[in-house]
Amino acid sequence: MMVKAVDYLEEDPVLTVVKQPRSANRAWQRFRRHRLAMFGVFMIVLLVLATAVGPHLIPFDDLFIDIRNRFAPPLSGAHVLGTDPLGRDLAARLLMAGRISLTVGFAAMVISTIIGTVIGVVAGFYGRIVGTILMRFVDAILCFPTIFLVLALAALIKPSVVTITLIIAATGWMEVARVVESQIRTLRERDFATAALMMGASDRYIMFRELIPNAIGPIVVAATLCIARAILMEAYVSFLGYGIQPPAASWGNMLNNAQQYLGSAPWLAIFPGLMITLAVTSFNFIGDGLRDALDARLDVS
Amino acid sequence: MTIAMDDQHGPILDVQKLSKTYSVGGGLFGRSRQSVRAIDDVSFQIRRGEVLGLVGESGSGKSTLGRTVLQLTEPTSGSVLFNGVDLTRLNRRQLKPLRPKMQLIFQDPFASLNPRMTVGRILGAPFQIQKLRLSRAERDERVVAALGAVGLTEHHLDRYPHEFSGGQRQRIGIARSLVMEPEFLVADEPVSALDVSIQAQIVNLLLEIKRKLDLTILFITHDLAVVGHISDRVAVMYLGRIVELADTRAVFSAPRHPYTEALFSAIPTLDPTVKRNRILLKGDIPSPLDPPSGCAFRTRCRYALPACAEAVPPLREVGQGHLSACIREDLNLAAPLAA
Amino acid sequence: MAADMDASSVLDVRNLAVSFRTDRGEVPAVHDVSFTVKPGETLALVGESGSGKSVTSLAVMRLTPPAPQASLTGSILFRGRDGQVRDLATLAEHEMQAMRGNEISMIFQEPMTSLNPVHRIGDQIAEAVRYHRKVDRQAALDRAEELLVLVGIPEPRKRLKSYPHHLSGGMRQRVMIAMALACDPSVLIADEPTTALDVTVQAQILELLKELQERTGMAVVFITHNLGVVAEIADRVMVMYAGRIVERGGVVPLLKHPLMPYTHGLLRSVPRLELAAFGQAKLEAIRGNVPDPTRMPQGCSFHPRCDHAELGRCDRTIPILEEAEADHLVRCHRWRAIASVEA
Ligand SMILES: Nc1ncnc2c1ncn2[C@@H]1O[C@H](COP(=O)(O)OP(=O)(O)OP(=O)(O)O)[C@@H](O)[C@H]1O
Ligand SMILES: Nc1ncnc2c1ncn2[C@@H]1O[C@H](COP(=O)(O)OP(=O)(O)OP(=O)(O)O)[C@@H](O)[C@H]1O
Ligand code: SF4
Ligand SMILES: [Mg+2]
Ligand SMILES: [Mg+2]
Repeated sequence: MMVKAVDYLEEDPVLTVVKQPRSANRAWQRFRRHRLAMFGVFMIVLLVLATAVGPHLIPFDDLFIDIRNRFAPPLSGAHVLGTDPLGRDLAARLLMAGRISLTVGFAAMVISTIIGTVIGVVAGFYGRIVGTILMRFVDAILCFPTIFLVLALAALIKPSVVTITLIIAATGWMEVARVVESQIRTLRERDFATAALMMGASDRYIMFRELIPNAIGPIVVAATLCIARAILMEAYVSFLGYGIQPPAASWGNMLNNAQQYLGSAPWLAIFPGLMITLAVTSFNFIGDGLRDALDARLDVS
Repeated sequence: MTIAMDDQHGPILDVQKLSKTYSVGGGLFGRSRQSVRAIDDVSFQIRRGEVLGLVGESGSGKSTLGRTVLQLTEPTSGSVLFNGVDLTRLNRRQLKPLRPKMQLIFQDPFASLNPRMTVGRILGAPFQIQKLRLSRAERDERVVAALGAVGLTEHHLDRYPHEFSGGQRQRIGIARSLVMEPEFLVADEPVSALDVSIQAQIVNLLLEIKRKLDLTILFITHDLAVVGHISDRVAVMYLGRIVELADTRAVFSAPRHPYTEALFSAIPTLDPTVKRNRILLKGDIPSPLDPPSGCAFRTRCRYALPACAEAVPPLREVGQGHLSACIREDLNLAAPLAA
Repeated sequence: MAADMDASSVLDVRNLAVSFRTDRGEVPAVHDVSFTVKPGETLALVGESGSGKSVTSLAVMRLTPPAPQASLTGSILFRGRDGQVRDLATLAEHEMQAMRGNEISMIFQEPMTSLNPVHRIGDQIAEAVRYHRKVDRQAALDRAEELLVLVGIPEPRKRLKSYPHHLSGGMRQRVMIAMALACDPSVLIADEPTTALDVTVQAQILELLKELQERTGMAVVFITHNLGVVAEIADRVMVMYAGRIVERGGVVPLLKHPLMPYTHGLLRSVPRLELAAFGQAKLEAIRGNVPDPTRMPQGCSFHPRCDHAELGRCDRTIPILEEAEADHLVRCHRWRAIASVEA
């Protein structure tokens, strides 16, 4: 060729790859812009820290009975949030109760997420008869008012932290199963699943190694909402007296105890109620934020 | 030893009377269900080292044929002999050790790679699945060799699919099909989703690795021009049946089925000064739920006779190695190439 | 200002630019696009995916997202039926609505998504008629039937009562064309109308469009990435690459003697029936990839893939779109040198 045509590129353009931000990064950026979700995260971190270290900082044990200071109103003396009918420090009890409520919520979430994911994956992957039967079963349980189910179970089984957690988990996995089922049903039709099949992969490999990682976003969202639900459920059951048993405190049974003194010592009901609302709404906000942030459609363009 | 010699010359793939019927519509309890004969009584062979092009319009059953050959879809009847072994008689466990020998390349470069896995993991997965006893070094060597074969390097191993363009992803998909050192590839429209300039790169790449690795390829496409470039022989499908099968040169210079002629004629040429006499087919492909009796093409065929409606014309030899399923022998069909 | 439009054209687009605001920053999708279309003429817009073909056509229809998400600059002069020239780029939305589907219409690649699945096609076409014309329902349905005849749908009366999913892809595309023609537009923009169709059906639709154009004298802007289709249908061609026009001219000179290296490469990389190699000769590919819109190369956006690129020039300054021959424009620093070598 006459003219000097220079091929001056050091790298072959076939090979150049545009370094793009991981979609996780973009999801995080979107999450950070979600005000309510960030508020939720802040509140939950605060609650967890408070219940973890708080009881060590308060000069009273949650079971210590200060008989001279029964029904002390908040900010009236050494007891910042006042005391209960037995003269126990309300702040200490609230934080210890928080430990139990949050732990029950978290543990129930872990268990229901696992159950829900496994059932959802199997239903979504096998579809047809297996899937239809499983999902009809899920719908049937969902139709049944959960609170009755929980109460019935709690009345049958001797309540303890562990059994309450299990009962709540056993009635809370359906939403996760539904979410996972619909995700897996579309994912298994994608070519990369066929590619794994072509390599001779087992169903288990395809379900758990190839498909589940692509459904993580919706699972996380469902799990977050699941904690909120579990905390509420525990409060409900304990409030009705079938849950966490005294002297151990949970926000729910504190509300139960406060009932008879609503007129004379309203703070006994207000503080635990506030804690429940705070924890539940915070988790709900986080769930909403995650849902928006992980919405894969936003990543496409 | 003599068997091995025979193997070298016999067909690597022998498909006999393969059919696949789907039932569609209707409710859970099977009322008003209809059946679609996605592929109907298809037989052909592929010689070792050959590229067989499979063309046809959408819905003609190309993908179903490819997937049934690979046992991703269970056939309704018929057999698929791969190196003399009837794959349709094997269960999943028995198929597993044969899987590395046959691979599939996909059309959609965006759906065929797991978005959550790095290129390294995608290419490493086959080893993990097959539980091959290879040392780490051997494995890496094979992965890098496969990447090299498609024009990528080990620098791309820790990248995610979304960081690559369509053409590059297609290369990764091809690399994945190569890591297990297959003998036979089914390429289902591997260039249809790509830009023209990238299409040519991938066609060239497939030809190059085919030559280097001595692969046998079933190349599925709806583009006759691409088929002309890449295949040794061409099979033309219409509504689930092969209507013509012959050497590429024979098909391009002397097609014997009116549908093939019409397909050629419908492809626009790049020369704006040539005004051809187009054969415009009437209407669309008939619904596969309710195919015409006799020759399925007769409703659109300008050479159809009343006899065409009577029986399905068999695929028969009309020249040396040239099969056609048309009852008329008196036709002189137009071709893009002079004989 | 709008009056200085060339008297012989219906559409005159000048310095059109569109950019989008996204998570990853400003994405300039189309820059500096100018072209004119005359009545009865077909202008083909070719380019690879992401080159800005659809954005250009949507911009002409003023269908790009509203102001904060996308910005649109330049002018889109359009001569209406009343002979008045308007700049669509600055028209108020309600005025634009009166133009869309009336004087200037558009059809899309996937007819299924543009048709409403729950309404009969007769009603949908009649609706399109009544949106712009004050006629009663029966008159609109009669017009719909007339249109179905026009686009070659057999048994039109019966078809009026069909739902979109009863029709094949080719038939749906015909219905879309019928809807687009409901008010006799003077410009029809067709965005890859045959890409989703089989070749035999594509041939039918191309034939139909040619015939309709002859009959109505409308101008057609035909978007495609298939150079064969361009050769078949276009009078003039505009090649886009990375959001810019890189070559523009009559269909014969452009396809027979392309001047821009990209057009040249594109033509050579298309597999051709007449050159079918049987048993595998290499195609002449263009190396590299289509550039990422957020990371456009400096200078000529084609230079990383170009065999003729000259260091220090092609990678520095963007070439201007210059007139090489009468009505044949090219955007390349080196087209003269390349043409003299090829000669
Ligand atoms: N899973 C399925 N269930 C029911 N019908 C199916 C299924 N898969 C394919 N079909 C039908 O079988 C026929 C052949 O489809 P197939 O996908 O093999 O065609 P194709 O030639 O690959 O078309 P394309 O060019 O569109 O990919 C079609 O009528 C299709 O609707
Ligand atoms: N709404 C949008 N937001 C952000 N970017 C957009 C949007 N629409 C288009 N783009 C970008 O504009 C560029 C041009 O897109 P356009 O759709 O015009 O391409 P095209 O030439 O029509 O391609 P194709 O052949 O794939 O249809 C692309 O890079 C695309 O990513
Ligand atoms: S300007 Fe330079 S890089 Fe661009 S097409 Fe012309 S020669 Fe190639
Ligand atoms: Mg297919
Ligand atoms: Mg487009």
